[in-house]
Amino acid sequence: MPKLIKNGRVIDDAAEILVLDEVQGPEALNLPDGPVFVPLAVWQAHKGALSGRAGLGVWLDSSESVDDLEGDLDSIGAIALNFPKFTDGRAYSSAALLRSRYAYTGEIRAIGDVLRDQFFFMQRCGFDAIQPKAGKYSDAQLEEALASLKDFSTPYQAAIDQPEPLFRRAQRAA
Amino acid sequence: MYRYDPYDQKIVDERVAQFRDQTRRYLAGELTDDEFRPLRLQNGLYIQRHAPMLRVAVPYGLLSSTQVRKLAHIARTHDKGYAHITTRQNVQFNWPELKVVPEILAELAQVQMHAIQTSGACIRNITSDPFAGVAGDEYIDPRPWCEVLRQWSTFHPEFAFLPRKFKIAVNGADQDRAVIQCHDIGLELKRNAAGEIGFRVLVGGGMGRTPIIGEEINDFVPWQHIITYNEAILRVYNRYGRRDNLYKARIKILVKALGVAEFKRQVEEEWAFGKDGANTLTEAEVARVAAHFTTPAYEALPGEDAGYASQRAANTAFAAWTRRNVLAHKVPGYAIVVLSLKNPATAPGDITAEQLDLVAEWADAYSFGEVRATHEQNLVLADVKQADLFALWEKARATGLATPTFGLLTDIICCPGGDFCALANAKSIPIANAIQARFDDLDYLYDIGDIELNISGCMNSCGHHHVGHIGILGVDKNGEEWYQVSLGGAQGNHTSIGKVIGRSFAAAEMPDVISKIIDVYRAQRQDGERFIDTVRRTGLDPFKLGVYGEAAIIERKQHA
Ligand code: HEM
Ligand code: SF4
Repeated sequence: MPKLIKNGRVIDDAAEILVLDEVQGPEALNLPDGPVFVPLAVWQAHKGALSGRAGLGVWLDSSESVDDLEGDLDSIGAIALNFPKFTDGRAYSSAALLRSRYAYTGEIRAIGDVLRDQFFFMQRCGFDAIQPKAGKYSDAQLEEALASLKDFSTPYQAAIDQPEPLFRRAQRAA
Repeated sequence: MYRYDPYDQKIVDERVAQFRDQTRRYLAGELTDDEFRPLRLQNGLYIQRHAPMLRVAVPYGLLSSTQVRKLAHIARTHDKGYAHITTRQNVQFNWPELKVVPEILAELAQVQMHAIQTSGACIRNITSDPFAGVAGDEYIDPRPWCEVLRQWSTFHPEFAFLPRKFKIAVNGADQDRAVIQCHDIGLELKRNAAGEIGFRVLVGGGMGRTPIIGEEINDFVPWQHIITYNEAILRVYNRYGRRDNLYKARIKILVKALGVAEFKRQVEEEWAFGKDGANTLTEAEVARVAAHFTTPAYEALPGEDAGYASQRAANTAFAAWTRRNVLAHKVPGYAIVVLSLKNPATAPGDITAEQLDLVAEWADAYSFGEVRATHEQNLVLADVKQADLFALWEKARATGLATPTFGLLTDIICCPGGDFCALANAKSIPIANAIQARFDDLDYLYDIGDIELNISGCMNSCGHHHVGHIGILGVDKNGEEWYQVSLGGAQGNHTSIGKVIGRSFAAAEMPDVISKIIDVYRAQRQDGERFIDTVRRTGLDPFKLGVYGEAAIIERKQHA
């Protein structure tokens, strides 16, 4: 079963990520039975039918805006943010916005070109689930990669995981 | 200057460990080239013509003598015995081997140095006024603010993969000495009518392929809010900056596309959420950081040291040096000294390990143990007693660090160019050296007066050619190296982008071309006019005529 990192541990995960193509456009609603992340377009086309469905998540590409989910967030159990390339950093802002401005408390999952050297930043921006591409890391490598979550023990600036900056958290001597 | 506490030290130590492991995984084949590239770049490591090139951060240009000695040591042990001062006040090594870079970083960490975010699509080293704290025209010392912003931007999790590099500069004096108008964010410290400190904020400046002067988006952001305001700018840029085309990815392109008013609206809409949040600065934090930048223990001295005056009278070479390379200090009896790295025999900005050791020694003996790097690629000892100037000059002269040409034609800003850089269209160092060789007569240089000549080996503009009074740009014509000349650029309060004068030249023509330009200036100048004033008054025509001749101009007009 595919693995992912959830709250700092490697776990099995069965969720499918539905990708649209020429055959499957957003109009049709052919969903697998188990947990699934549907693209934003599918969510928008079928909100009524999908709301509250068990195991339903929505995924956004890096060019899509989390602002479009405002008002829907209570009925979405999990949101996945895609990194088309790991150097495309838009999803960091998306995650941070979901957690801060929109006070979203469901799962936020990093998907796509997700590499261990960015785990630390992802976690800081509010991703609680991190899913490298299938086959990117062996099970053993993924366990090893957990270490990257702890690359830095005391960051300077406020972020989602640590909402106070160092200068408010610690008494620093001059 | 700022000294690390255990928190700062730990972050830098953890970075060394992180990069050591990343390098190990890369060399073991676990990280691909594409995966490793941004990681090494965010550690200042480029792969260049000869070897990796390592850019070490010098936050806002400040160095302790201990750090300078460490740089000397690294130059000696891991490089070919020299280092290079960059146009963003950093230090570069041209020859380190990839596998020893983690070792070099570990050594740097011992002296509170690192290479964090000196390259890559992230917030880069913050630059500032090399005369901060000692210049007479300063309103507010920029250094504590630079340090506050340095800490905020270090490993900022949201802004590690921006569309493109992001450069911030801070100035706090009447004269801008930090090129704030050509930065992604330029910050000018100021006071409002109530005497409170804040920042005028410029965005969207930059050089490179599309040179643009930054525009003001806020004329006064109170100091408490400077982090949240920067975060709002960066968030808008991170979300909406172009990522489809590397050449259109800088924030300046976004600002132009939206228009500055709309960009400001978006920033301030974003800011409304972050303002007054946890990142709002506290008085305690600013005071803690500012305490590191206290005034050194200056002695009470007369404004004019008698010995200094007689030494100048007795020694014309010393007098010449003091005339250019010694600048007024705000404290009586003290002076700012520019140690020139523009010796015509070496590449502009280069300094040997032996010279670095000596500079450290002089810093300890004469300048409270501190050295500054300038974006004009010189070093500065900022707090020298007038009474010590002669001794310092004799030592500097003995080792080639007293070239008395600060601010003159041969004080050239120059990128590494084709000798080192894989992106270059043309070499730049030999052009600089050829111009320096042509203009070797000091009296003549003094007669020409204040002028800035900047050279870049390609459109990336690392050598700031756009803002040189004379700018030289290396271009490629059918695989050959040619040079395009522009005039009328300037940095500082009246920043402007130079205009190209016409067809480009072969390397061998360049000293003649510069001579002709200078001849035109000397013929045209009016009383007390600097080169740039004359160019601004006359426009380019007389210079085109002087360089290309009547025939060429007529021919061009007919073709037009
Ligand atoms: C040798 C390796 C180097 C490489 C590969 C390199 C690469 C680049 C590139 C690609 C740009 C254009 C970025 C853009 O327009 O978005 C640039 C700009 C710049 N670089 Fe370099 N550079 C190198 C060395 C240097 C050095 C040695 C200096 C200082 C002497 C320097 C200082 C700058 C500055 C000041 C800019 C202009 C910033 C702006 O566009 O606003 N670079 N560099
Ligand atoms: S201006 Fe061009 S040639 Fe010069 S260092 Fe920059 S990238 Fe290289």
